[in-house]
Amino acid sequence: MADKVLMKGNEAIAEAAIIAGCRHYFGYPITPQTEVAAYMAKKMPKIGGCFLQAESEIAAINMVYGVSSAGKRVMTSSSSPGISLKGEGLSYLAGSDLPALVVNVQRGGPGLGGIQPSQSDYFQATRGGGHGDYHMIVLAPASVQEMAELTVKGFDLADKYRMTSMILADGTMGQMMEPVSLDFDIKPAPEKPWATTGTKLEREHNIVNSLSLVPEELEMLNMKRYERYKQVEENETMYEEYMVDDADIVIAAFGIAARVSKNAVNEARKQGIKAGLIRPITLWPFPKAPFERAVEHAKAFISVELSMGQMIEDVKLATSCKVPVTLCNRVGGMIPSPEQVLKSIIEVNNGGVE
Amino acid sequence: MEVITIQYKRLTLLCGHYGSGKTNVAVNMAFDLKRQYDNVAVADLDIVNPYFRTKDSSEDFEKMNIRLICSEYANSNLDIPALPQDMYAVTDDKSLKVILDIGGDDRGALALGRLAPEIVRENDYDMLMVINKFRPLTPDADSTIEVMREIEAACSIKFTGLVNNSNLGEETTAHDIINGDAYAKEVSEKSGLPVIVTTVKEELAPELEGKIENLFPLVLQAKPVI
Repeated sequence: MADKVLMKGNEAIAEAAIIAGCRHYFGYPITPQTEVAAYMAKKMPKIGGCFLQAESEIAAINMVYGVSSAGKRVMTSSSSPGISLKGEGLSYLAGSDLPALVVNVQRGGPGLGGIQPSQSDYFQATRGGGHGDYHMIVLAPASVQEMAELTVKGFDLADKYRMTSMILADGTMGQMMEPVSLDFDIKPAPEKPWATTGTKLEREHNIVNSLSLVPEELEMLNMKRYERYKQVEENETMYEEYMVDDADIVIAAFGIAARVSKNAVNEARKQGIKAGLIRPITLWPFPKAPFERAVEHAKAFISVELSMGQMIEDVKLATSCKVPVTLCNRVGGMIPSPEQVLKSIIEVNNGGVE
Repeated sequence: MEVITIQYKRLTLLCGHYGSGKTNVAVNMAFDLKRQYDNVAVADLDIVNPYFRTKDSSEDFEKMNIRLICSEYANSNLDIPALPQDMYAVTDDKSLKVILDIGGDDRGALALGRLAPEIVRENDYDMLMVINKFRPLTPDADSTIEVMREIEAACSIKFTGLVNNSNLGEETTAHDIINGDAYAKEVSEKSGLPVIVTTVKEELAPELEGKIENLFPLVLQAKPVI
């Protein structure tokens, strides 16, 4: 194994993006993701890349649109309120079928909220965020190592499907320091024959645009886009299963909530309760298969979230509401403790909470 | 085991690259200094980072009667750069021995500029660069010295020594410390500054005794979330 380095999650994203060939970063500082920008500011000038602190989040996402149109790997990062500002740009990227990597290191909301961790942008990320019918590929890391790995993966998927990949992390993932191996198998970015790179008078003009005034054509574009989304759903779901095979109580949790939940599952097992964990790594496409399997033997599910209950809707859909699904949560920047999750497991196992 | 006795000047300034472990070192040095001297303060001049501040250890400081000089807003989640209202105690109260925790990189070191003329005039200080080989932007001597020069330019004080804090967090092994030692020696050689201490998490110290000079065992302050 290659040598490890000690990194913050935010730094791991930045370094992994550079390793993946990203040479264009545009952003605007906001806690708790500022280290992504700070790292890029230090490193990009040394490797012939472009770091630019834009005048606003809206400017930054439109710079992403520009670079992506020219066929280059490009990214921006922000935290919850900043992602809302980028919403229009995300929709335009989708409407123009442009690949990009967007990072959201979530903080407590709504509004300006606070600077402590949260997962309450789940709906925004998995249901689009901007206007119109579209999806982003949403990746949820649960370690600093995964912050790096999913960044590389995010660029690959974005290019492959001409979509935006979003890293949906939380403040804890951004700020925590862990040893990381940056030894990745980097595939070259695919050819982008659609990019606006100059015709050299050898081909027709490429046009990147999200305006489509003929309704029949716009309908066709949407239909075709959703065929692509179907391929993503069929081929790209990722998840981790932990002690699910014989589980009576199955927890669904991602990111920091999954780390907390794993501890609670271990403790529950010690107490003789058959608990397990499904950790979605792609939040869109949501990994339905492990839930469809688990619902055949589980007597209840618990969705552990740093939100008022957002992913729980996907858990209910994936399990077709065949058994009860309860919520175990903290919000506003608070994190559920393993003890709280264990208490929830015990209650649900006793049939006490519906 | 035998532990190094650090000869503290009146002021010990800890600077370094972002995330090099300055706060951890500062807290441990304050505990260590308190064993040698009564009137000890920790001054938190970090204007960069709203998280992981010396204030996390305020209960321990209180128990040990160590004064904490830090901004009202440290750990309040109010994310604005602010300096402590009583920061001039550092230079005014000559009976205090102070460990100063300066924010990361040259940006953080700017905060020191206001105190620098008096610190240099009094000339009873050490300015120590906290270094960690395992941080991604300072993996070798040249990149580390580049950050040192940026910090010196920002705060107008020259470094007098190094604190080798090379570590991989919880996963650190004795082998890593030995690797870090070679790196620190190279930084020392190229910069002409002595390695004052090499830190190691407490549990590893016995294993390394006699293998590393000036070993300084650390009780880690920042707790892993999970």
